[in-house]
Amino acid sequence: MNIIVCMKRTPDTATKIAVKDGQIDPACLDTWIINPYDEYAIEEALQLRDRAGEGKITLVSIGPPEAQETIRKGLAMGCDEAVHLVDDAFAGLDPLGAAKVLAAAIQKVGDFDLVYTGWKGVDEDHGQTGIYLAEFLGLPHVSMVVKIDDIGDGEARVEREVEGGHELVRTSLPAVFTAQKGENEPRYPTLRGIMGAKKKPFQTWSAADVGLDPAGLQPVQEILSVTLPPQRQAGRIVEGETVEEKARELARLLREEAKVI
Amino acid sequence: MDFSLTEEQRMIRDLARDFAQNEIVPIAAEHDESGEFPAETIRKMGELGLMGIEIPPEYGGGGLDTLCYVLAMEEISKADAAHGTIMSVNNSLFCHALYKYGTEKQKQKYLIPVASGEVVGAYSLTEPMSGSDAGTMRSRAVRDGDEYVINGRKSWVSSGPVAKYILLFTMTAPEKKHHGITAFIVETGRPGFAHGKVEPKLGIRASATCECVYEDYRLPVANRLGEEGEGFKIAMSTLDEGRIGIASQALGIAEAAYEASVAYAKERYAFGQAIADFQAIQWKLADMATRIEASRLLIYNAALTKERAEQSGARYTRESSMAKLYASETAMWVATQAVQIHGGMGYSKELPVERYFRDAKITEIYEGTSEIQRMVIARSVLGGK
Repeated sequence: MNIIVCMKRTPDTATKIAVKDGQIDPACLDTWIINPYDEYAIEEALQLRDRAGEGKITLVSIGPPEAQETIRKGLAMGCDEAVHLVDDAFAGLDPLGAAKVLAAAIQKVGDFDLVYTGWKGVDEDHGQTGIYLAEFLGLPHVSMVVKIDDIGDGEARVEREVEGGHELVRTSLPAVFTAQKGENEPRYPTLRGIMGAKKKPFQTWSAADVGLDPAGLQPVQEILSVTLPPQRQAGRIVEGETVEEKARELARLLREEAKVI
Repeated sequence: MDFSLTEEQRMIRDLARDFAQNEIVPIAAEHDESGEFPAETIRKMGELGLMGIEIPPEYGGGGLDTLCYVLAMEEISKADAAHGTIMSVNNSLFCHALYKYGTEKQKQKYLIPVASGEVVGAYSLTEPMSGSDAGTMRSRAVRDGDEYVINGRKSWVSSGPVAKYILLFTMTAPEKKHHGITAFIVETGRPGFAHGKVEPKLGIRASATCECVYEDYRLPVANRLGEEGEGFKIAMSTLDEGRIGIASQALGIAEAAYEASVAYAKERYAFGQAIADFQAIQWKLADMATRIEASRLLIYNAALTKERAEQSGARYTRESSMAKLYASETAMWVATQAVQIHGGMGYSKELPVERYFRDAKITEIYEGTSEIQRMVIARSVLGGK
């Protein structure tokens, strides 16, 4: 079972985002992690490979040169090799452009049974790349996968999250899955994994290496401005003489002010 | 001098930090209260490789350098000092001594399971009537054919209640005082070994500590570590390494207390302003930050000196003692300031600050008290004995 996991580095979810001139202030982004949904994909891929007892996991990631360290954490977790896509033309890609680059790299890697990635990045929350990617690769796509029931012989049965429940889906392989948080928590890299990571194959490819013309990667989406969510208002204590009175006042506030009932 | 971390060192620090914050912080208060040994998290730390960081992979360890050990100890102790104690005893005291002085057979049998975190190792030098002055210990090992017969009572054995193997120091030639001490690898499962009372401690309460009692406990000669009379040398050179570990533990405690104080000072209001706006608090925070930074540099320096010393066969006693002395006194001082900054909340079990305060104290006592560290440093300052 050969699996390709597309991952990217995102700012740590604990980052205090600052906005400057309508855009995220790059100075506030100092700690980087593997996008948590990609990390679920990595964990599922590791379990699939280990259960199959053969095959390899290739990480494919677009990012600046500094992203190498985050990609290597994926290798330390147990993935077998990595392809790092680095090119000035890849700065500021939108989801469509990212999917084009990933598709070209995946075709160059070749020989895979499954492409796995997070259902969205926690940085910009687009949730589009996996879908475009399946389209470019001409493969079936199952989104928000939470559990793999059965896989093998060119076919897989997986559970995906839908509003309020799970849907059981059968698909042919190869396919593209996007991971939602499932039952399996991503593992920590072990010390031995960290030590072994630098000995694993690590390739760096440019746009030219994957046969792409930068002109075809121009974004079709543009972020016009970024605003922080409104500050949370302080809580309010409902006053009243009796419990009934307080309850009545609370109900009135919920209906007339909050307009939720 | 270059203290910038390599990619691997950063990854190991991040791993230890993630693990400590996700797995240890949520259980620390509960284990502090109950005094129960955190077997589950220690087992997981073993799987990650944190219980034998510097031991080469062929003996079950991580094969990393001292700075990696320091970084991991700091992060684990920042979450909970008791986990730091268990980790430090296993890494620096048991594994390090066995790796340095053990025979190949001893390493295969005792180092691999302990360094890989499968079982816990302990170190036992102290006795009820013998602490810093090891030459007065009363326990005895007497040679009887291919065996030694051991009798006596050892106290303050960290991880004693759960350890499968203990590195024991006892007298084979009492008339020679500390030159008559010999080291043994004890299997706690053999007859003649019993656990004594569990020590009810002020801090690091989850790191189970107990007395160990030996009554006609027989051990094959093959379990002797080094030669007869080499025990004191082994004990002391092991403590050189151990003290870097305790210094890192102290640094972790100090950092936790300091970070809690900065956060609290910004959110706590008095007299119409955040208490961080009062100069009295600002000066405390500035001094805390400065002493922590100085501790860190002394520790990193000791770690790098050790790496070089191990190549050349030299000792690094002075650097290791200075790091331990300064970092442990910093931890106690910073934790005291942290309680003061938190006021009543610092005295309450609602917050972990009072635990940092209780945990910090031990770092000034074990693996050589502050007084002993000053003696050691003075000896190197003045030369000779």
